[in-house]
Amino acid sequence: MATEFHNLQELRQSPSLATKVFIQRDYSEGTVCRFQIKFPSELGSRIERTLFEDTVKTLNTYYAEAEKVGGQSYMEGCLACATAYFIFFCMETRYEKVLKKISGYIQEQNEKIYAPRGLLLTDPVERGMRVIEVSVFEDRGSSGSSPSSNVSSGISQR
Amino acid sequence: MLQLGVAEPMRECEYSQISTRSSTPMETPYKKRTPKKRKWQAFPGRNKFYCNGRIMMARQTGVFYLTLVLILITSGLFFTFDCPFLSVQLTPAIPVIGGVLFVFVLGTLFRTSFSDPGVLPRATPDEAADLERQIDVANGSSSGYRPPPRTKEVVINGQTVKLKYCFTCKIFRPPRASHCSLCDNCVERFDHHCPWVGNCVGKRNYRFFYMFILSLSFLTIFIFAFVITHVILRSHRQGFLNALKDTPASVLEVVVCFFSVWSIVGLSGFHTYLISSNQTTNEDIKGSWSSKRGKDNYNPYSHGNIFTNCCAALCGPLPPSLIDRRGFVQSDTPQPTPPTNGITMYGSTQSQSHMAAATPLMQSEPVILTDEASLPGRTSLGGPCSGALPLGGQPTPPTSTPNLSCDNGMLPTRNDHSEAHHHFLTPEEAPSPPGMLPCGSPLGHSHTIQGFYNPASQDSLHEDSVRGLVKLSSV
Repeated sequence: MATEFHNLQELRQSPSLATKVFIQRDYSEGTVCRFQIKFPSELGSRIERTLFEDTVKTLNTYYAEAEKVGGQSYMEGCLACATAYFIFFCMETRYEKVLKKISGYIQEQNEKIYAPRGLLLTDPVERGMRVIEVSVFEDRGSSGSSPSSNVSSGISQR
Repeated sequence: MLQLGVAEPMRECEYSQISTRSSTPMETPYKKRTPKKRKWQAFPGRNKFYCNGRIMMARQTGVFYLTLVLILITSGLFFTFDCPFLSVQLTPAIPVIGGVLFVFVLGTLFRTSFSDPGVLPRATPDEAADLERQIDVANGSSSGYRPPPRTKEVVINGQTVKLKYCFTCKIFRPPRASHCSLCDNCVERFDHHCPWVGNCVGKRNYRFFYMFILSLSFLTIFIFAFVITHVILRSHRQGFLNALKDTPASVLEVVVCFFSVWSIVGLSGFHTYLISSNQTTNEDIKGSWSSKRGKDNYNPYSHGNIFTNCCAALCGPLPPSLIDRRGFVQSDTPQPTPPTNGITMYGSTQSQSHMAAATPLMQSEPVILTDEASLPGRTSLGGPCSGALPLGGQPTPPTSTPNLSCDNGMLPTRNDHSEAHHHFLTPEEAPSPPGMLPCGSPLGHSHTIQGFYNPASQDSLHEDSVRGLVKLSSV
């Protein structure tokens, strides 16, 4: 596994996208936000399975925390109701706070783990919480193929 | 705003693959700098936005203004003509409580009407193409003819649920989501499209909607009761007719409240039942979790007891909007903007996604338009609904049916069936939906439609069938 990209900044400066892999939602526990932990085969050569699965599991934990129906959410709900929901103008909800934490976590994971391997995670919130989009970049070392042919070759490989 | 260069080939055949070629960095032709647009300005659904994207409503808002006017006028008359007398004769707490209720009603009404109900953003071209590839692999089909309907089965808490593919949004709809054809959006935990609030009711604004109808019930009953009290007290002093002459406004208030009470209180009761059994109006009407469908059919989303279901629906966490109305549309150049967390690279996909999403709309638009011509429930519906629409409700029996039909406005054939369908239900009856029992016909109806299913017209059937409430296709 080559590590052509030294950091996230370098990665962003020369986007030579090979393909995108999508991790879909796991609805087996209902409508709570959870992503499938199945390791996609396209990433097999790029990153260790355990690292990737850890990332997805941590994200799932964060989302479960955001959507937990418990003491804090009841307090928030009752307070909001008592103020005819005007309080939402002033206050950030717990869900929004957790989403910010998730953004930070994804940023950190990208910097430390994914960018050095030529991958980039997109925050699911940018995709309507439907998928975790993993962008796979071509190895810089590979010769001369243009990005458009890379995409089509990426597609034809499937 | 729409770029027809990519759309042209798609007009030639009914169905074609999503092209992602244009999402690569090298091929974008859009070099010139255009002023930054907010995402709401490029939103593909049929919504109206106000205050620079802060407010989001459905396209048709006439009935919402009627609701607002009715509430404002009735309450205004109450505070002006009845409260002075009552606060002197009885207690000043009356206008205070009335005022609190009034503020609460307006606050929840505005929250319901102006917020995002839980719209799911449409798939980016890359996502859509990825799904297409997976489906083609599964079906072994090639492009050039309309593919068979796409469904995916998942097992949720032991119950098999079918996820349907939305041709407009190019996603597999999450469980409980549905596509509102009035607003042309997929909405999470879709309940119904309510013309009275001028918006869909879905995951993000269901609690506001419920608090609105609940508080409006209290307000209506409150005003009704105290206006009657006012007239009675006056009548003791000066006779009934003189009393009416002194307070003519009270007559109007009584009339409005009398007609409203039946429908609004009935609707509150119905939604109380839905909340306590954790169902959506959509699911209840279709009988998705009815034991009539099968012995083992149960609601996999219910938490098991009424209290938990109520708490989860009303006091659960409020998810934020997924459509980022006030964000800026990324420019079409592929150069990354300053990083936030690596998500801003693929600017070209933003407008491309709108193109890709818009093209099926163009294909199917004739279908939508012809259907919409017969849509407005006020003219095409017979039965209880047409009479009920102009006011808050007619003197129908205390069922929620008029508002059910009216809220959706587009159940052309279901009115007769659903008339006996729902009764005023108390939470005690919650776990089993008794409304199902007398009424085999809606299910029979849906089964008939199922027999008519024709893959070639799936898209038009899809558009027809998701009229805010009922998906007759039951694919």
